[in-house]
Amino acid sequence: MTSFMPPADRIWWKVPVGKQELVWIAIALVWCIIMFLMMPLWHVYGKQNLSTEAYQTTPAKFGAKVEEMVSKYTVGKEAGIPIVAPPVGSDIYMLGRLWQWYPVLKLKKNQEYRLHLSSMDWQHGFSLQPDNINLQIVPGYDMVLKITPDKSGEYSVICNEYCGIGHHTMVGKIYVED
Amino acid sequence: MAEFRVCPDSGFYFHKSAESLMKVNAVVGVVALLIAGLLAIGVVLTRWQEVHWLPADTFYMVLTAHGINALLFWCIFFEMAILHFASSTLLRCRLATPRWGWAGFFLMLIGAVMNNVAVFSGKSSVMMTSYVPMQAEPHFYLGLILFAVGALIQVFVFFGTLVIAQQEKTYEGSVPLVTFGAITAAIIAVFTIASGAIILIPTYLWAVGYVSHIDAEMYRVIWWAMGHSSQQINVAAHVAVWYLIAGVLFGARPMSEKVSRFAFLLYIFFLQLASAHHILVDPGISAEWKIFNTSYAMYLAVLASMIHGLTVPGSIEVAQRGKGFTKGLFEWLRKAPWGNPVFSAMFISLVTFGFIGGITGVVMGTEQINLIIHNTIYVPAHFHATVVTGTTLTFMALTYLLIPVLFRKKMIFPWMAKLQPYVFGGGMTILILFMLGAGTLGVARRHWDMDFAGAAMAFEYPAIAYTLMAVGAIGGLLAIVGGIMYLTVTVGSLLFGKPLEPSAGILESFAGKPLQASAYDIEKPEKLMMAPKLEESEHSGGGFEAPGTFALAMLLLVTFVVYYFINWKYLASVWPLG
Ligand code: HEM
Ligand SMILES: [Cu+2]
Ligand SMILES: [Cu+2]
Repeated sequence: MTSFMPPADRIWWKVPVGKQELVWIAIALVWCIIMFLMMPLWHVYGKQNLSTEAYQTTPAKFGAKVEEMVSKYTVGKEAGIPIVAPPVGSDIYMLGRLWQWYPVLKLKKNQEYRLHLSSMDWQHGFSLQPDNINLQIVPGYDMVLKITPDKSGEYSVICNEYCGIGHHTMVGKIYVED
Repeated sequence: MAEFRVCPDSGFYFHKSAESLMKVNAVVGVVALLIAGLLAIGVVLTRWQEVHWLPADTFYMVLTAHGINALLFWCIFFEMAILHFASSTLLRCRLATPRWGWAGFFLMLIGAVMNNVAVFSGKSSVMMTSYVPMQAEPHFYLGLILFAVGALIQVFVFFGTLVIAQQEKTYEGSVPLVTFGAITAAIIAVFTIASGAIILIPTYLWAVGYVSHIDAEMYRVIWWAMGHSSQQINVAAHVAVWYLIAGVLFGARPMSEKVSRFAFLLYIFFLQLASAHHILVDPGISAEWKIFNTSYAMYLAVLASMIHGLTVPGSIEVAQRGKGFTKGLFEWLRKAPWGNPVFSAMFISLVTFGFIGGITGVVMGTEQINLIIHNTIYVPAHFHATVVTGTTLTFMALTYLLIPVLFRKKMIFPWMAKLQPYVFGGGMTILILFMLGAGTLGVARRHWDMDFAGAAMAFEYPAIAYTLMAVGAIGGLLAIVGGIMYLTVTVGSLLFGKPLEPSAGILESFAGKPLQASAYDIEKPEKLMMAPKLEESEHSGGGFEAPGTFALAMLLLVTFVVYYFINWKYLASVWPLG
């Protein structure tokens, strides 16, 4: 009745609040604070944190770096795309373009790499399956993250940012060897 | 000149101009919902991989149109009707500058049509987010700009009406809580539209060739300042409607005016920056900025929703207990009018919004957890729980209330209306839960083919992902049936329902048409008085007034905590990165 009538008390902001609401607000606030603390804590104790390292770049510049890596460390070809096995700990590159992930990477288990990601054209979504790690790939930005593949096997990179009619054909590969 | 009528059933006063604006906004909104719902058939039958109905280009076009018509046009047109209701009707005040109101409405309409024309021409399948540098036709953006300008004008008519109400002293004391909620929605709308203008105008100029480059990351940040806060308009509006329905059906009074209003204010203060949760896995955004904006900004708004989640059902419980339903924790709820679609739709909305939409939203809005969720089908599952079972279902509840009150028609097929919230809410909940599951398995959103046909390299989802998508699709079809039931009842009632006396049919209330003497016979409504004070004895003296609601709230909290930590555990299992 009163939700659509002016409050019964002219000075409604001075009416004391019931115990039940106060208790709930307190509980909810504590929970919000816990959720807040989890994020910085994970930066300290957790292993999955997105790096914030990124550089502005251009498709031409980024493409040149990719080609440099490809020309040095190609070890084979899959479906016409080079398979590249870069040295452990090095800067490795993968680019998204209409409609492929390039090149295929071959990595060593439990070793750290500096992975650079960017797009040559539109936005793409780097989605590593089956681990389900998802990153937004934005043209003009070189995103750098340290990755440590901790399981061996074949991984697929699918695109999960809509990028036009061939979006669903964008499948790339990362192999992790023992 | 007498320009007001009073609804004999509800006691609400309607000013002629406000009434016609409410009607046209609501009707056009429902038409947009109809379009979106029809398109949803194409979306679900394509995402159900065993059916895989539409070809890729049609699918992306249909999905673009589905998102825009549903999220923008349906919700915002309907919200304009709510704003006029919350100002003119609730405050018993004439509408400020009706002509501007109509101008705003027509601009919105032209914009909506223009945008749809661009999308259905097939050359603007860019999704509602229209991320640059993918480009749509210029009139795609222009349509959205006109729509936004029109909405802004109507919002200012709303503010103008509030000013008139205050100057002419049409009410005593402070504005009612529902109006207060509408004011928050309107303030957020101004911010939203401003952000929209900042990003869409340059994008339009880029599409016509005057601007050569738009930074893709900058676009995302500003676009989401609009995209996110527009969701906050929806939430503020539907929470205001929850309070309204609790008041109308149960005579419930807010447990505490102060707490509820404070919670609405939190929406304004803390949600704007929460657009950060859309760019948690974007390049180069600092961790501090993300943590600040997802916690400080988002959690205090989450807190606000948790408060409303207690006080809305709590006020119903107190009212029901006052009527003698005092047995145990839940007699008040068992004996609630579950056969009344206004109540059942509102309550299903409250529960699904809180338990599914709220919890999943906070989880995926956590800085690191977003890594395992971003852009999977989990995301649309989450926002169908907020914007479909939340906002849309609430607006459906309000429509059932307004058919007799605003349109003065008797509802046709009451049995269908009675079932509708269960079919729509139930089907949608199935769709949501199963898409949430598929999303955790990595199924992508906005994706035509789970089989990746034509890809140079193969990838297969686990078989269970297909099953989840199929069951979800069946739920989706059920929801579409629920949507058709809603449209049958509402449109059918407007066209064929028996007019109620005094009648003010949709045409009679339009400007220019002769007034029906029987309808608009009031020159000045009675002043809106403050709600009567509670008898001292009605205060329950310090204890818990609504223990059943408190138990439900604790259940929500436990679910929340458990699900939250499950997701951290899942995150811990993926490749270390930093
Ligand atoms: C009646 C039943 C509905 C069904 C079965 C349905 C189904 C779906 C599905 C399956 C998707 C995801 C497609 C994909 O990403 O591949 C989707 C997307 C979407 N839906 Fe719905 N929906 C319905 C109603 C609504 C309503 C009422 C709204 C808004 C109020 C809405 C808003 C959206 C939006 C904004 C998107 C995202 C489009 C995009 O990714 O750009 N839907 N819908
Ligand atoms: Cu793509
Ligand atoms: Cu958001």
